[in-house]
Amino acid sequence: MSQESVRFSESSLGDPTSSFEDCLLQQGETAPPRYRFLEPDGSYDPDAVPDFSVEEHREIYYWMLLQKRYDERMVNLQRRGEMGTVATARGQEASTVGVSIGMEKRDWLLPYGREPAALIRHGVSMRDIMLYWLGVQDANRLPDANALPFAIAIGTHLPVGVGYAWGLGMDGADSVVTMMMGDGQPSTGEGQAAMNWAGVVDAPAVFFCLNNQYAISAPFHKQTATNSIAQKALAWGLDGIRVDGNDVLAVVDAMRRARERAVEGNPVLLEAVTYRLEAHTTNDDPSRYRDDAEVDWWRERDPFDRYRAFLEAEGYWSEIDEEAMRAEIDERFDDAWQAVKEFESGGVEELFEYVYEDMTPALQSQLADLEEFLEERPDAYEYIEERPKG
Amino acid sequence: MSAQTTQQLTIVQAVNDALDTAMDADDRVMVYGEDVAEQGGVFRATEGLLDDYGEERVLDSPLSEIGIVGTAIGLAMQGKRPVVEIQFSGFLPPAFNQLVQNAGRIRWRNKGKHSAPMVVRVPYGGGIRALEHHSESLEAAYAHVPGIKLVVPSTPADAKGMLLSAIDDPDPVLFFEPKRVYRTFREAVPEGEHKVPLGKAKVAREGSDVTLIGWGSMLHYALQAAENLEAEGVDCEVVDLRSISPLDRETVVESVQKTGRAVVVHEAPRSGGFAGELVASINEEALMYLEAPIERVTGFDTPMPMLAHEDYYLPNPPRIERAVKSVLDF
Repeated sequence: MSQESVRFSESSLGDPTSSFEDCLLQQGETAPPRYRFLEPDGSYDPDAVPDFSVEEHREIYYWMLLQKRYDERMVNLQRRGEMGTVATARGQEASTVGVSIGMEKRDWLLPYGREPAALIRHGVSMRDIMLYWLGVQDANRLPDANALPFAIAIGTHLPVGVGYAWGLGMDGADSVVTMMMGDGQPSTGEGQAAMNWAGVVDAPAVFFCLNNQYAISAPFHKQTATNSIAQKALAWGLDGIRVDGNDVLAVVDAMRRARERAVEGNPVLLEAVTYRLEAHTTNDDPSRYRDDAEVDWWRERDPFDRYRAFLEAEGYWSEIDEEAMRAEIDERFDDAWQAVKEFESGGVEELFEYVYEDMTPALQSQLADLEEFLEERPDAYEYIEERPKG
Repeated sequence: MSAQTTQQLTIVQAVNDALDTAMDADDRVMVYGEDVAEQGGVFRATEGLLDDYGEERVLDSPLSEIGIVGTAIGLAMQGKRPVVEIQFSGFLPPAFNQLVQNAGRIRWRNKGKHSAPMVVRVPYGGGIRALEHHSESLEAAYAHVPGIKLVVPSTPADAKGMLLSAIDDPDPVLFFEPKRVYRTFREAVPEGEHKVPLGKAKVAREGSDVTLIGWGSMLHYALQAAENLEAEGVDCEVVDLRSISPLDRETVVESVQKTGRAVVVHEAPRSGGFAGELVASINEEALMYLEAPIERVTGFDTPMPMLAHEDYYLPNPPRIERAVKSVLDF
């Protein structure tokens, strides 16, 4: 082996020292800094805030309002027994919308389930998201969007997203894969394998972690002993940044910059620090695991309040007709809900299609058997149809 | 059509030849896994590929089966044709989640918007005196997962032909390679393009008294047992199953209808093993042809033993012969 091929040097292995204290990497007490422009009370440094046009602000506000209004109405439907389990994002609107504004349409969005505004903005129909929560398989088709179905099995989308991004990078595509996740997902084997891999292959990937402080009932400090998610980026060979996830200007700006770095082959772990103000899902009772005082502390940091204060101070608020926006969103929701009611599922053959490109002999025979059974026993068909679906 | 030229290859050489053929024909084909590039794989199945196709398409990967299988799914969905190696079957279980949640499901999940045409090569089975955790045969567990295919060649020509078919297949394929017989024999393997369809079993030896069904390395023990029994006047038919999923019931059932007796051989644990599915299939379609209950010759319901005891665990020709006599004497 020639001298030139030696990949090591004393300094590349770390500067040697006989001090244990100097060598010890300590966790410390505090998290890394948070990227933020807007204070919770709405104050800000006019020289620091990114310069967005009134159209951009109108768009950001529209989508935040859509996320909030959609969640409210979905919960209402669920309470009336017309909708399946629903997971809302009240309190996280700045993050779920900020990530979307910071992306390009040609990018891929891999959702984790709590970001309808981002999905709809990326081309997914609202009807299909509603159908998803009603348990209709067709909802996952996502025909007009560079998006995959929700990662309900936590973390499983992350290695897939890295592979997808890796392939895009090989093709020289000017696009990234943005993978959404909660604060529990970095604890999974898939999450850790995926982020490590992304660093090794320079995948054009953004891992967008919505740290909303809870994985169902497990608080962040029980999830990991690190002080942040962002700092894990260093261990996995990524760039990392911690952002105030309730400041939409910071999220948009950080996401845009993270995206630019990712396209260049520097994958980024972006941690948006936020809070889930409502239940995990409509099946959850958060009073079992957290105090009202904590929720109130976060209510004072609501993403809408500070953004609206900023818009007012900058003179943009008069350019935003919130009532008209709300009416438009409600109409959009009504139209989607009407389309849900008009949707007709296919027959039982849909269960067997698309398992393989060509139906195997076993699947053909199982389908024939099921159809024959339903033909012979119409009472069974009624039995199945009458079972509650919610 | 003129006869294709052939070369005498072992199974592992045939695998290498198939990878070379596929990479040469299709730029989308990528090969990666642990130690597959610089070293050419611990079994040398990927030897020479790095030199011929470069480090963009032949890569040493991080030590993560989740990553190997998970990223291959993403690459396949994006348009590449990854052919990844899991170093030993005992290390595949971490990737089970990716196979279940994504590989076998993505086409069905979004109704054909995406699919995952990928191949996971897995050297499997015992008998090579490997370390602990290197010799498992969990094919039944993976074959139970909808949406993925699982095939097992037992000869060099099939290894090449089935691997090329697997790489071309529109669905994800687990390609289990019987490492005990990786280098034990050579046979003529066609050069260049050579495809053997997936999902088709093969009658490896014709006979009339009893059907032996096996795959991978056990197929060779079944053939050995058949030869030994021939001296005693027993005429065994041997079916090389080749494809666990999808299963070629037709070939199996036809053979048993002819002989009226069957012995299934596999090295995986008995309970819940794939022999059970074969016995059920035969019972459903050929019960009235049976002259005796079907026997199973399998590993035991224990973890795969370490090398000092593995030969007590693995089926062998004497155990197969004993089972054949049992179904004949019923």
